[in-house]
Amino acid sequence: MSEVIINNTDISEPIAGEGQRVIKPYLRLSGLEPLVVRPETNFINVGERTNVTGSKKFARLIREGHFEEALSVARQQVESGAQILDVNMDDALLDGEAAMATFLNLLAAEPDISRIPIMIDSSKFSVIEAGLKCVQGKCIVNSISLKEGEAKFIEQAHICRSYGAAVVVMAFDEHGQADTEEKRVQFSHRAYKILTEVVGYDPQDIIFDPNIFAIATGIEEHNNYAVEFISATRRIKELMPLAKVSGGVSNVSFSFRGNETVREAMHSVFLFHAIKAGMDMGIVNAGMLQIYDDIEPQLRELCEDAILNRREDATERLIQFAETVKAKGKVVEKDETWRTGTVEERLSHALVNGITDYIDGDTEEARQKYPRPLDVIEGPLMAGMNIVGDLFGSGKMFLPQVVKSARVMKKSVAILTPYIEEEKARIQAEQGGEIKNAGRILLATVKGDVHDIGKNIVGVVLACNGYEIIDLGVMVPAEKILQTARQEKVDIIGLSGLITPSLDEMVHVARELKRQDFNIPLIIGGATTSRTHTAVKIAQEYGHGVVHVLDASRSVTVTGSLLNKALKPDFLAGIKSEYEKLSEAFKNKKQTKQFLPIAVAQENKTVIDWPAFTPVKPKMTGIRKFEQYDLGEIAKYIDWQPFFIAWELHGKFPQILSDEVVGVEATRLYNDAKELLKKIVAEKWLTANAVIGIFPANRVAPDSVKVTPEQPDIAPAQLEFLRQQVKKAPGQANLSLADFIAPAETGKTDYIGGFAVTTGIGIEQWLDKFKAEHDDYNSIMLKALADRLAEAFAELMHERVRKEFWGYASEEHLTNEQLIKEEYAGIRPAPGYPACPDHTEKYKLFDLLNATENTSITLTESLAMYPASSVSGWYFANPEGKYFGLGKIEKDQVIDYAARKGWTVEEAEQWLRPNLEYDI
Amino acid sequence: MKSLQDCADERILIIDGAMGTMIQRYQLQESDYRGARFADYPSDLKGNNDLLNLTQPQIIEAIHKEYLEAGADIIETNTFSSTSIAMADYDMQELAYELNVAAAKIAKKAAVEYTAKNPDKPRFVAGAIGPMNKTLSLSPDVNNPGFRSVYFDEVATAYEEQIRGLYEGGVDILLIETIFDTLNCKAAIYAIKKYFRESGNPELPVMISGTITDASGRTLSGQTLEAFYISVMHANPFSVGLNCALGGQQMRPYVEELSNIASCYVSCYPNAGLPNAFGEYDEEPEDTACIIEDFATSGFVNVVGGCCGTTPDHIRHIAEHVKHIQPRRRPVLAETLA
Repeated sequence: MSEVIINNTDISEPIAGEGQRVIKPYLRLSGLEPLVVRPETNFINVGERTNVTGSKKFARLIREGHFEEALSVARQQVESGAQILDVNMDDALLDGEAAMATFLNLLAAEPDISRIPIMIDSSKFSVIEAGLKCVQGKCIVNSISLKEGEAKFIEQAHICRSYGAAVVVMAFDEHGQADTEEKRVQFSHRAYKILTEVVGYDPQDIIFDPNIFAIATGIEEHNNYAVEFISATRRIKELMPLAKVSGGVSNVSFSFRGNETVREAMHSVFLFHAIKAGMDMGIVNAGMLQIYDDIEPQLRELCEDAILNRREDATERLIQFAETVKAKGKVVEKDETWRTGTVEERLSHALVNGITDYIDGDTEEARQKYPRPLDVIEGPLMAGMNIVGDLFGSGKMFLPQVVKSARVMKKSVAILTPYIEEEKARIQAEQGGEIKNAGRILLATVKGDVHDIGKNIVGVVLACNGYEIIDLGVMVPAEKILQTARQEKVDIIGLSGLITPSLDEMVHVARELKRQDFNIPLIIGGATTSRTHTAVKIAQEYGHGVVHVLDASRSVTVTGSLLNKALKPDFLAGIKSEYEKLSEAFKNKKQTKQFLPIAVAQENKTVIDWPAFTPVKPKMTGIRKFEQYDLGEIAKYIDWQPFFIAWELHGKFPQILSDEVVGVEATRLYNDAKELLKKIVAEKWLTANAVIGIFPANRVAPDSVKVTPEQPDIAPAQLEFLRQQVKKAPGQANLSLADFIAPAETGKTDYIGGFAVTTGIGIEQWLDKFKAEHDDYNSIMLKALADRLAEAFAELMHERVRKEFWGYASEEHLTNEQLIKEEYAGIRPAPGYPACPDHTEKYKLFDLLNATENTSITLTESLAMYPASSVSGWYFANPEGKYFGLGKIEKDQVIDYAARKGWTVEEAEQWLRPNLEYDI
Repeated sequence: MKSLQDCADERILIIDGAMGTMIQRYQLQESDYRGARFADYPSDLKGNNDLLNLTQPQIIEAIHKEYLEAGADIIETNTFSSTSIAMADYDMQELAYELNVAAAKIAKKAAVEYTAKNPDKPRFVAGAIGPMNKTLSLSPDVNNPGFRSVYFDEVATAYEEQIRGLYEGGVDILLIETIFDTLNCKAAIYAIKKYFRESGNPELPVMISGTITDASGRTLSGQTLEAFYISVMHANPFSVGLNCALGGQQMRPYVEELSNIASCYVSCYPNAGLPNAFGEYDEEPEDTACIIEDFATSGFVNVVGGCCGTTPDHIRHIAEHVKHIQPRRRPVLAETLA
């Protein structure tokens, strides 16, 4: 190792003749020993394996508190030639500050490790500071950036400097990550000037990380990422010669996870070029770097092609090669050895691994073995589910696996239920006894709302934890919720909702609970809900506990605390004080924003040069309907990312498939989804209907658009929009969707379009089938896929409208990724969503399109669409058109809007409640 | 009046010798340490040398004057242990601030008096900041290497209180000395930066003096000398150097190394040799002075003096020996790598 460590005490060199020494501005770091980075110093290896986000093994050791064993990972890095040790404890399940401090303190006691400098790596500055307090040597902070603005950057840099650390600066600014050569250089230079001129940093103590991104992902615009990193490095070093350049090297080969041969070759090729351009150091798996010249020539050539983006098919060719390398790997064989265990072991294995193949026989065997059928549930089944619960709670299992486990559980319970009922009847007949479980929880999607994927997941997860779930389904009126809660003596009520009017309905349920003297806690969840809304609006209405639950995994701890007599008072007191603080903060925050009178906001509209603009005359006007659209065609337009979010697997698609933590499970889920999707398409499980319409329209008032269909059987309509009222920075408009339609006074006829699509018709019979089979996994899967298909259908129709029916973009050629990123002209906002939050405008849309008759989509009283897998909205073709959020509005606009809608002010306030700036 | 910087550029500066050795000569008893104010204090106070700033200020002043008389340009306040953490040994943590203010005032008074006598040789007071009796990088429990008896924030807070007292008492320099755990030193640097940033007071020059404990050439916390220097460079110190643990003879290679790598001035104030079988230092003043003269003629040093076992006599000899020798020239800082 000694040959790679630069351990030369002779920092300065004498000048001949004068005898006076010269000290060069080298980057100097230290552990127990110094590390001086000179121009002739070769590339510095920063060991990456002591990083919980990058090393599974290390993460497990830290999570389980095996710190001393974790030290061996660090030692291995040093022994393999790491010259700096990167330490990262960014894991949601860890107390990052404590883990960082504990690990660094232990490191300090290992001279063979702590001889090299530490790189304290965290995205949380508090963790970085906790680390800085434990290291005697001069370390590197990784990282700070301009992400949160200059003030924060300067403050953090000052702190790093007061501990004497060098800093890695990520190429970020307030708007995001630098992804082009130009931005990388610009952001770095800006940070450099601030650090040297304002903070007083020595230039040699500044290390830039100009973002190494994955290449060869199959996404075209990623192909040039490595090239731009390398050229940016060259320019950064020219512009700021004393500063250093570093980066996380393994990112570049991210899309080849699991194929170390290809990855190592890519790293070596990448570094070969990046080091030539001036890259000084990099975070690498020390010891795994291959020598450039030793790479197999064919592979090296392919890597060169991909890294340098030399040919269009570079990715494809590299993938093909990778497959051949991979094929040499192991063959997966189905392991059936678990079948030889005891019945308890088999049940446990089946539960943990979600295997239903043998559950009928195993359950029956257990039933005969145990004295009572209930003993099977309370014994082996609960034991297995406890393991599942623990694994899920500690982040070792993921939601899709848990749902599969629940499917096994449900099937087993279904077999036992008749025997239990029989026994129950017997006991009741004999002595009137009753059987009790952990707790009974009522779940419901509130009145007017039809969305229930999240609620069903919560139900499954809670059931796994031994709770009895009473699921009232969707569109449940308050009265039914309360009545059931009373009859069934439930312990907790859980409400869910996805659309904004559901928030008011939840407030209503809370008020009713109070009025009817309930005293059980209320849990709030669903995509549209938030901690703040719960704190400010719902918690105030009901005094026996209102708790917002972010996702299914949190629901277990929350219900656990609520149903534990010892924990409950403290837990609720904690929630109460937290919500009071939130509520207070919310009120204080409100006063700081400035609002414009609506008339002034209307003056500050989007500037469009209407005289110079000629609206494109659509190829068709009026409406056109599509029945039983080809599902296979629709499926091509699926955006998979939200699908994974629905399953609480977070990460970018497709990278999530190769993610080190959730990758395996994400891939399995993705494969299951594609398999089910194939069936849905081939066997036509679902019917896809759509209707689109394009009509002449002009803006007739600042926020009103008059629609005048040419067809006599379609009634004209006037659409009412809302306008942003927050005071904007100079040069920024107060937006309203009406801005994107030509005003009548221009004398030019403009157009607006509308659409309603559904892919949910026929879904019930399949859901019923899965329910009968106790198969929540496929039930949730089907709903999630139907939702994705509906969105895909909307995307597909929008494309056809742009190219064909309206035809304003007939030349457009976009990939699915570009479609997902909405890189096209024109928008399709939906009534009820941020740009136009009034759901009731959906009536006008449905009337113009005669949507219910043409597609079979109906509207609930809260304006939710049924089937749930439906999407509707307006089409705006103007190239200036863009999505935005309305934000908060003042009473003057509400009064104006009420007048336009023919409502009382109170009615307007009720529909617009989430957007009101003021309290009502 | 010439600034510290001017003086350092023109000659080798002399820092004083041991305080403890001098106090021993007075053979003070428990009641002397207590004085009237702490007559009834519940804990034993004999040996709490820093307390003498309050109970026997005339003794401390007299010692300072002996060193000034011997030719010291810089005298150190009697505050080696005046932090709330170190004072906790005597259950006197509350006194930390007061001790520092009092010590600084005593030293300043003496220095001003001698500067007045000869304005061409201005005298400076260095506020002595000791290493504390608890360390941040080492576990006191061999079976639990991750354990720490004290945390960075506690150490930094205690140092900041000391620094405030020293500053308000009127010191000219802050001297972090006898550093055997670099992390404690970093906490002191952190506290200094924080104190000056938050108080808005003009920053004082900082002297940093580490301790190499044995022939391994490392600090007690395991760092090599260069690693130590790199770890404290951000203090932008007036000087960096070595003191304590070793005699001049044993210190030579490290002083040489430091003089090669340090961009600031270099200081060196060794013990009077290594302790003999009775734990006493018996290197004669003339011997110490000869060793240090060699450092000076070799161009290693800018500030010299003595640590444990040294006396005003040692300082007088040292001052005499280096009087006409040119101080080390600081290296030129290159602006480019080429």
